[in-house]
Amino acid sequence: MQDVIDPSILQALLLTTELAALTTLLLLILGTPIAWWLSRTNSVLRFPIKALVTLPLVLPPTVLGFYLLLILGPTGWVGHLTQSLGLGTLPFSFGGLLVGSVIYSMPFAVQPLQNAFEAIGPRPWEVAQTLRASPWDAFLTVMLPLARPGFYMAGVLSFAHTVGEFGIVLMIGGNIPGKTQVVSTQIYGFVESMDYQKANELAAFMLVFSFALLLPIAIWGQKLQINSK
Amino acid sequence: MRESNEIRLTLQKDTFKVDVELNFPVGQCLALWGPSGSGKTTILRAIAGLEKVQSAYINIGAEVWQDSSKSINLPTFKRAIGFVFQEASIFPHLSVEENLNYAVLRNRTSLAPSYRESIVDLLEIKDLMHKSSAHLSGGEGQRVAIARALLSSPKMLLLDEPLSAVDVNKKEEVLPWLERIRRELSISMVYVSHSLDELTRLADSVVVLRGGSILSRGSLVEVLTSADALIYRDAQEPSVFIDGLVTQIDPKWHLVEISFQGGVLWIKDQGFKLGQRARVKINASDVSIATELPSHTSIQNIIPAVISDITELNHPGECLIRVNCQGTFFLSKITSRAVEHLALGVGRPIWIQVKSVALLK
Repeated sequence: MQDVIDPSILQALLLTTELAALTTLLLLILGTPIAWWLSRTNSVLRFPIKALVTLPLVLPPTVLGFYLLLILGPTGWVGHLTQSLGLGTLPFSFGGLLVGSVIYSMPFAVQPLQNAFEAIGPRPWEVAQTLRASPWDAFLTVMLPLARPGFYMAGVLSFAHTVGEFGIVLMIGGNIPGKTQVVSTQIYGFVESMDYQKANELAAFMLVFSFALLLPIAIWGQKLQINSK
Repeated sequence: MRESNEIRLTLQKDTFKVDVELNFPVGQCLALWGPSGSGKTTILRAIAGLEKVQSAYINIGAEVWQDSSKSINLPTFKRAIGFVFQEASIFPHLSVEENLNYAVLRNRTSLAPSYRESIVDLLEIKDLMHKSSAHLSGGEGQRVAIARALLSSPKMLLLDEPLSAVDVNKKEEVLPWLERIRRELSISMVYVSHSLDELTRLADSVVVLRGGSILSRGSLVEVLTSADALIYRDAQEPSVFIDGLVTQIDPKWHLVEISFQGGVLWIKDQGFKLGQRARVKINASDVSIATELPSHTSIQNIIPAVISDITELNHPGECLIRVNCQGTFFLSKITSRAVEHLALGVGRPIWIQVKSVALLK
């Protein structure tokens, strides 16, 4: 019992939760306009943007992490910018983890939102405007409420995916206890130091946690499909 | 002088081009009629500002919504339109009442508190108010959509085949209310449909469209009897609609006399009152032509007229004759052989025999 409430584990759990929650929040804010734009535009730019947003799905996290490390680092252009703003550099800090997580989980937010907007179709949007609703008004009072299932889906998937990331966190955050050590990297650390007992406890916890997060989505996804028929 | 609505539109959608000019008096109902793909819906959407156009001039009762020459282009939400879409587009996340409130809240004109009541009464949707939109029938949904459109105080009501998603036998759940709106509120309307029944009950004038341009236009009767328009009614029996008044009732034979401009028709008494307005429909195949006044015939309605044109129908053995009976037009479908044997030609005076007359209202 003493082992489970090991302060370093607690710290990692807290950090993981904090990271996942903030990432989810940022992704819903950033992902909404991107998804909205992708669902409505006919611009040729939609193809490269779509490919770019989907890239983290296929790219090894190490590749992404490596380039982020270069760009955000002291010699990268974002690094120059953050330094000149007096923010220091992002790698090996919580801020760096956050930037990496947002980019890495982007498709898990944008895809469900885009699907939701596309499923609504153009009609409610047009109807709202024929009833004197400005585009902003129509978006807030009609499109957002109608896209609610998409927001749930995007939120849960972004959260779960951030909790489950490893490679990019290791690349850009290192594995600094209390600062950038999250559950997944801590498990790695336990295994490296041959502490299989603790690794097992934490891994089992993650398994149950992730399953519990995804089960409602699976049930609910089926319901949505039935309702739309 | 009566104000008028002026609409000129040019737009290109892929290879499809629309180029029309529609002018009609404020408060009247203009019907756009034509086969699918003739541009009806596109024109309606362009009036609402929902469709990109190359150039447009839209002036609705002295309010300019769009003028490409002056770079004026009001966005949809600033145009005083009411749009009723093909399918009832009630917001699914709001109740019926909230749907109506959506329009009321955004209505910038000062709305008399009784107006809302009167619209709800007019469309008889009081009992639906607390229903969720998912539980409305097609006809109910469309009535709510019409009420919602009216609650934003439109100067122009645009209706895009509002009955196409309503079951044929449920159309009476909506049509009478549209007639009522036309009678009781003097709102300009553009009504898109390919149902003749709806047009005859609602439209003041008709524009027939083909391939994005205007084929013919005029009053309902003029357009429906012009031979050009008939080509697009392939599935339907060519027919004419005649408005008249009940001027005599014959209780002995249970017949009534309906007088129209140019003559009278006797039809079966169906509970008429003297002086009542009546609109009748006469199919071209129920009208035959005689060159002399027939004396021994069972047909009661024999009317003198002059042939105004002869058109060959799709089948080469048949012709459609349009005759003018002092300003009222009738159509007669007869064989091409009969045309030849009787030596029928434009301008020749003849008698038409009307075998049957259907009453519309």
